[in-house]
Amino acid sequence: MTDENSNELGKPERDELPRPVVKRRRRFSASLIWLVPALAAVIGISLIINSELQAGPEITITFLTAEGLDAGKTPVKYKNVVIGKVNKITLSEDRSHVKVKVALEKNAKSFATQGTRFWVVRPRIGIGGISGIDTLLSGAFIGADVGDSQAPQEDFQGLETPPAVNHSAPGRSFVLHSDDLGSLDIGSPVYFRRIQVGRVVSYHLDQNGKGVSLQIFVDGPNDKFVTTSSRFWNASGVDVSLGADGLKLNTESLATVVAGGMAFQDPAGPHDSTPAGQDAQFQLFADQGTAMAPPDGTPHYIRMRFDKSMRGLDVNAPVEFLGVKIGNVVSVRLDYDEKAQSFPLIVGAVVYPERLGTAYDKLQALVKARGENPDMTLMMGRLVDHGLRAQARTGNLLTGQLYISMDFIKNAPKVAFDPNARPLMIPTTGGSFDKLQEQAADIVDKIDKIPFDAIGKNLNQTLAGLSATMKQVNGKTLPELDNTMKGVQKTVNTAGDALSGDSPLQQNLGTTLEEVQRTARSLRVLVDYLSDHPEALIRGRRPDAKSSPVATPAAPTNPPQQGSKP
Amino acid sequence: MSTLPRAADMGLISCHVCRLVCRAVPDSEDTEVDNVCPRCGSALHRRKPGSYARTWALLLAAFMMYVPANLLPIMRTASLNDVDDNTILSGVMELWVNGSADLAVIVFVASIMVPMLKFLVLGTLLISSHRRTDWAQLQRAKLYRLVEFIGYWSMLDVFVVALLSALVRFNLLSRVEPLPGVIFFGLTVVLTMLASMSFDPRLIWDSRDSDD
Repeated sequence: MTDENSNELGKPERDELPRPVVKRRRRFSASLIWLVPALAAVIGISLIINSELQAGPEITITFLTAEGLDAGKTPVKYKNVVIGKVNKITLSEDRSHVKVKVALEKNAKSFATQGTRFWVVRPRIGIGGISGIDTLLSGAFIGADVGDSQAPQEDFQGLETPPAVNHSAPGRSFVLHSDDLGSLDIGSPVYFRRIQVGRVVSYHLDQNGKGVSLQIFVDGPNDKFVTTSSRFWNASGVDVSLGADGLKLNTESLATVVAGGMAFQDPAGPHDSTPAGQDAQFQLFADQGTAMAPPDGTPHYIRMRFDKSMRGLDVNAPVEFLGVKIGNVVSVRLDYDEKAQSFPLIVGAVVYPERLGTAYDKLQALVKARGENPDMTLMMGRLVDHGLRAQARTGNLLTGQLYISMDFIKNAPKVAFDPNARPLMIPTTGGSFDKLQEQAADIVDKIDKIPFDAIGKNLNQTLAGLSATMKQVNGKTLPELDNTMKGVQKTVNTAGDALSGDSPLQQNLGTTLEEVQRTARSLRVLVDYLSDHPEALIRGRRPDAKSSPVATPAAPTNPPQQGSKP
Repeated sequence: MSTLPRAADMGLISCHVCRLVCRAVPDSEDTEVDNVCPRCGSALHRRKPGSYARTWALLLAAFMMYVPANLLPIMRTASLNDVDDNTILSGVMELWVNGSADLAVIVFVASIMVPMLKFLVLGTLLISSHRRTDWAQLQRAKLYRLVEFIGYWSMLDVFVVALLSALVRFNLLSRVEPLPGVIFFGLTVVLTMLASMSFDPRLIWDSRDSDD
C-alpha cells in the first residue's frame, strides 16, 4: 500500500526523496485546545467570585494614635483568631485622631455590629501586671470583643486600653457609687474573702459631679456571692488601727497597697442573701468598718450655738448621743451676736437618727401612734424639753480634740425650741471640761479665803505652850512615877508568894474543899432517899429501908463522877 | 526573499522532528488518515496543524493566569516581628525602596516585562501572520527567536521563590513561604512557552503574494 502510494507520487521527478507513510491514526480535534483558556477563565472567575464571597464588611475604627498599626499587615483578632486586616490608615479631617479601615473576613460579619469593641493590643506594663508580651515579637494587633446587638455598624470608636472584661465572660457587672475614686483604677481587683473574684471595669463621674460611679465585674461563678445586701468597701492601702488589743495592720493583699482594690462581704447577722441582679447598684464605703455598720438612713442637718471657744473641734468630729455615734460635724463657723456683742460659734452637723437603732424605731412608732408628724423635729423638741443638750467634750486629753455629745442634763434651764427652724437648732450647754474648770476655780477661790497666816500664828503659840508643859513633865512628874512603880512591884511579889503551890493557904484550901465534897455527897444520899420515901420526912426512917442503903450504893457510884469535878 | 522557491511549490514536505524532507502528498479528504515521516514516524504537515488556534488559546489562557499572578501575593517573608506578603510588583517596589535597584530591575524585567513582551510579540506575530502580510518578515522572525530564547528565563521568579522557601527555614527567626500567586505565575510562563512552541514560524513567510 505505502509502496504503491509512493510510487505514484514520487515517480515524476526525484525518486531519491522518500515518501511519507500514510497511517491511520486517531487525532484529537484541534478545537480541543480551547479547553485550556476555558479552564483558565474558569479558574480566574472562580478566584474573583471567591474573593468577592470572602470579602466581609469594611469597617472604620477611630483611634487616638496608629502606633504599632501597619496598613495591610496588622491583623484584627478575636480570641487570637484572625478575623480581619487593617487595610488603610488615614488621619481624620481635624487631625485629632486616626481612622483605621479594617477589612473583616466574611465569617466575621457579626463583628460589624453595635456594641463591638476594638482596641490595640500592645505590650503594656502597669501596676496590675504585664500584658501583651507576645506582641513584642509579633507586632501589635487589634483585639475585638463582640457585643449582643445585631444592628450593623460601620464606624467604631476604638478603646485606648483593653477592656477589663470580655463580653462573653461568665459573671455579672455591678455599679458602685462612691464619693471619690480613691486609688482605684480600671483593672483594680475586687476581693471576696481575700480572693480576687473580679475587677473594676470602668469609672466615670456622676452627671452632677458629686460622686463617682464605678462599674465592676465579678467573674462567675463567684458572682453569686454578691447579694442584695452585700457591702462594698475600698480596700486600698494599709489600714492601721490602734485599738484596745494593740496595733492592727490590715490589708487585702500587697497588690492593693500599690494598685488599690476593693472588697465586699455580706453583713453579719440575718440578711437578704438573694444574689444581686445584673448592674445592681451599691454604695462603695471608705473602709470595712463603715461598710459593715447598719445603714444610716436619711441624714438630718442640725445646728448648735456655742458661746465659748471651740478650739479642738474639727470638721468630721463625731456627734454622739449618749455615747452612740450618730453623725459628724460638718462645719464650724463664727457668728456675731449684736445683742450680746459676742462671737458665738455656729457648729453644723449631720446626724443619722437611724443609727439609734431600736430606740429610733420605737420613738417613731410612739410618735406615729400619737398621730403626729413622724418627723425628727417634733421628737427632737420633746427630747429638748426633757433636757437634751449638746455639749462639746474632750475626746482626747492629749490632743485636746473635742466632740459633740448630746446628753440629758438634769435641771437644765428651760429653753425655747423652735420646731420650724431649718436647720434645727439644738440648745447647748457648757462642756464637762468647762464645768470642771469653773468648779476648780471655785475651789481655788475658797482655798484662797482660808486665813493661813492667822492659823500659822496660833499654831506657833500653841506649840510653845506645849513645849513648856513637856519640860515640867520631864523634870518633876517622871521621877515620882518611878518610885510609885517600885512600890507596885513589891506588892506583886508578895501576892505571888501567897499563891504559890506549896503555900499553907493553898493546902488549907484543898482540905476545905474535900470536906465540902463529902458534905455534898451525904446531902445527895439524903435527897435520894427523900425522893424515894418522902414520907420519911414525917415518919422517920423505916427499918425495912435497909435494902435502900444497899440500893443506894448504886447511886453513890455516880457521885465520884460528879465529885471528880472540883 | 519571497521569490525563493518553497517546499510547497516543489511538492516537498519536511518532518518537524527529524527534518527529513519527503515528497509531499496531497491532503486526503479523510481526516482519519495521516501522513507520517518514513524515518521517525511523526506526523507530517506542511505547517503545524491548528497553529493559530492553539497559539491563540494558549496565549489567552496565559494572559488569564497572568492577572492573578500579579494580583495575588507570591511569597510570604516572615521574620521575628514581621510578616510580609508580597506580590511581584510590591516585591519589586520593596527592592527598589530598599536600595537594591539592580535587583529590582532584574526582577521587574524577568517577571513583568518579559511575559508582557511575550504577549505582545506573540499577539503581533499571530495577527500579522494571520493576515498574511509581508510586513517586516525578517524582523518578525527575529522577534520569534527572541521569544523562544527568553521564554526560559521568565521562570526566574518561580525559581527564586522555590529556592528561598526551601533554604530560608529558620522557624521563628525567618521564614519564606510560597503563596498561590507563584502557581499562577508559573502557569503563565509555561503557557506562554507552550504558545510560542505551538506557533509555526514558517507562517511568517506565508504572505499573500507568495501564496498565490
